[in-house]
Amino acid sequence: MKRPLLACLFVAISVVTLIFLALPIVAIFAHTTPGHLLDQFSNPVVRDAFVVSLKTSLIAQALIVVFGTPTAYLLATRRFRGHAVAVTLVELPLVLPPAVAGIGLLAAFGRLGLLGSTFDALGITLPFTQTAVTIAVAYVASPLYIRQAIAAFEATDPNLTAASRTLGAGPTRTFFRVVLPLARAGLIAGLALSFARGLGEFGATIMFAGSLQAVTQTLPLAIYAEFDRNFDATLAVSGVLVLLSVALLLGLRIGLTWQRSPSKRSSYLFGPSVSG
Amino acid sequence: MAALTLEEIVVPLRSFSLRLSLETDATVALVGPSGAGKTTVLRAIAGLVRPASGRIASGHEVWFDSARQLSLAPDRRRVGLVFQDYALFPHLTVRQNIEYARRHKADDYLERFSIRHLEQARPPDLSGGERQRVALARALARDPDVLLLDEPLSALDTHTKAGVRAELNDLLRGLGIPVLVVTHDFEDAAALASRVGVIVEGRLRQIGAPGDLVAGPNDPFVASFTGANLLHGYGEQTGGVTRVRLLDGTVVSTVDDGDGDVTLAVYPWDITVSIVPPNDSAMNVVNAPIRGIAELGNRVRVSIGPVSAEITADSRNRLGLEVGTPAYASFKATGTRVVANGRRGHARQVSG
Repeated sequence: MKRPLLACLFVAISVVTLIFLALPIVAIFAHTTPGHLLDQFSNPVVRDAFVVSLKTSLIAQALIVVFGTPTAYLLATRRFRGHAVAVTLVELPLVLPPAVAGIGLLAAFGRLGLLGSTFDALGITLPFTQTAVTIAVAYVASPLYIRQAIAAFEATDPNLTAASRTLGAGPTRTFFRVVLPLARAGLIAGLALSFARGLGEFGATIMFAGSLQAVTQTLPLAIYAEFDRNFDATLAVSGVLVLLSVALLLGLRIGLTWQRSPSKRSSYLFGPSVSG
Repeated sequence: MAALTLEEIVVPLRSFSLRLSLETDATVALVGPSGAGKTTVLRAIAGLVRPASGRIASGHEVWFDSARQLSLAPDRRRVGLVFQDYALFPHLTVRQNIEYARRHKADDYLERFSIRHLEQARPPDLSGGERQRVALARALARDPDVLLLDEPLSALDTHTKAGVRAELNDLLRGLGIPVLVVTHDFEDAAALASRVGVIVEGRLRQIGAPGDLVAGPNDPFVASFTGANLLHGYGEQTGGVTRVRLLDGTVVSTVDDGDGDVTLAVYPWDITVSIVPPNDSAMNVVNAPIRGIAELGNRVRVSIGPVSAEITADSRNRLGLEVGTPAYASFKATGTRVVANGRRGHARQVSG
């Protein structure tokens, strides 16, 4: 049977697209062997950057979950004046150029910034500290979690919440026993995306926190710093980041297919936008 | 037993307001078309919808009183609500669903509802009938003072339905608490409840024993809902009876008063079918080829002219009735009720 011309064209275009997407990843590993990659961990620059990235990312993600989950639940279940504005605000960091976000953070928390004198009086200096890295990561990565969380909460059947209440459970027990378990898949997906975005954070961090080795130099900043000095180290760090991202993505896929049953609607990887 | 009381509750809905007063200590069924506000009644009692005004009480316990600005949260009302889609928690096992209210171990309920073997199953893997048992068990394990059932039989196929209806009937009789069932099916309502209320656009049109609704429907809507044939025509008093000329020219007699535009109700089981002209006391005879035949279990519904008669399958076979067979449908003037009279207007005219 002869394939129609259009189908052939689509297949050809898809192949080009996939090659284009895979090529840079393949290139990184073509230049470095696993042994070489491990060797680079004895390089203090790489090791320090790894530790800074991991530490700031974990704290930032914890903050995103603690603050983002209740916010997302409220935005998903309540309609109030200014709801659309609130959702837009949540999504803003997603479209803001990271460098602009960094300048904004500096203008807000810097010594001469909006809250600078307040922090000064308290003896707190934020810019160019590890706390600044955490703040920058949290600021830039939060929308990915919150958007996904809103979608997950919106997809939970309101009748199940109602049933829980008629069975004598108060709002708190209902949230932890019914809403949260049903939204879990969506929340985990959001967290993975936000984690990946946070690990790659560059623009806002370098503006707000600088690039001091062992203090604020994260993996992406180390790639940039080592770029003209030690290309091998750069490739190794990039390899580490690629592996982390792939691991996150795979973990996510496996995690989501594993807990399939309850709310199929909330188990998509990238939830629909909830703006508007 | 503590009675459930609804006093003048008003819930504004999109195109009309639900207004209802009701008191019961047994099983009552509210029956009406979809969108009549039936589910809203249940949600208001459970505390999931807040009425604009009125009072809801279970025995001496007041759950809602607009005059006192009082409205208990759903978790503080002892109410068991079985949702139309059952609303079982999909992430919990059957046992965990039943024990969700934390009042009883599930074991008694698993035995009582014959679902012991499903204990570790999760709701998405259950059939409709099984889900309903779990939902009932879960609602009762909460120790409710009032049980609310939203369309308990509508999610089941006809085959399962008859069995479940009988089971449910046994269960409700033994409960000893007020039960409110809402359904769109009069037969289901009549089978489950000793009192049936017909609700249309948020208002209770008539409430009474199912037999009383059938025998004396207040208006055409109640009549058609209870299964009656509705015949529209123009009536004139002549001697002792009212003669009504139907739109197709047939003249039908009734012992009820009525003149001008009238609506008559005749129940299918009051209509006799024959293939020769009947020679008995029945005053009303329609002669036409059979329009349609529908089998309903051991009964057969035969449509002749403007009416449908319900006869046994045996009678149908004996008479050899088929679609197109010329036949006579006869019914007595005393079994033909006037349910609406446009000119006199002693019964409200209903649309839809």
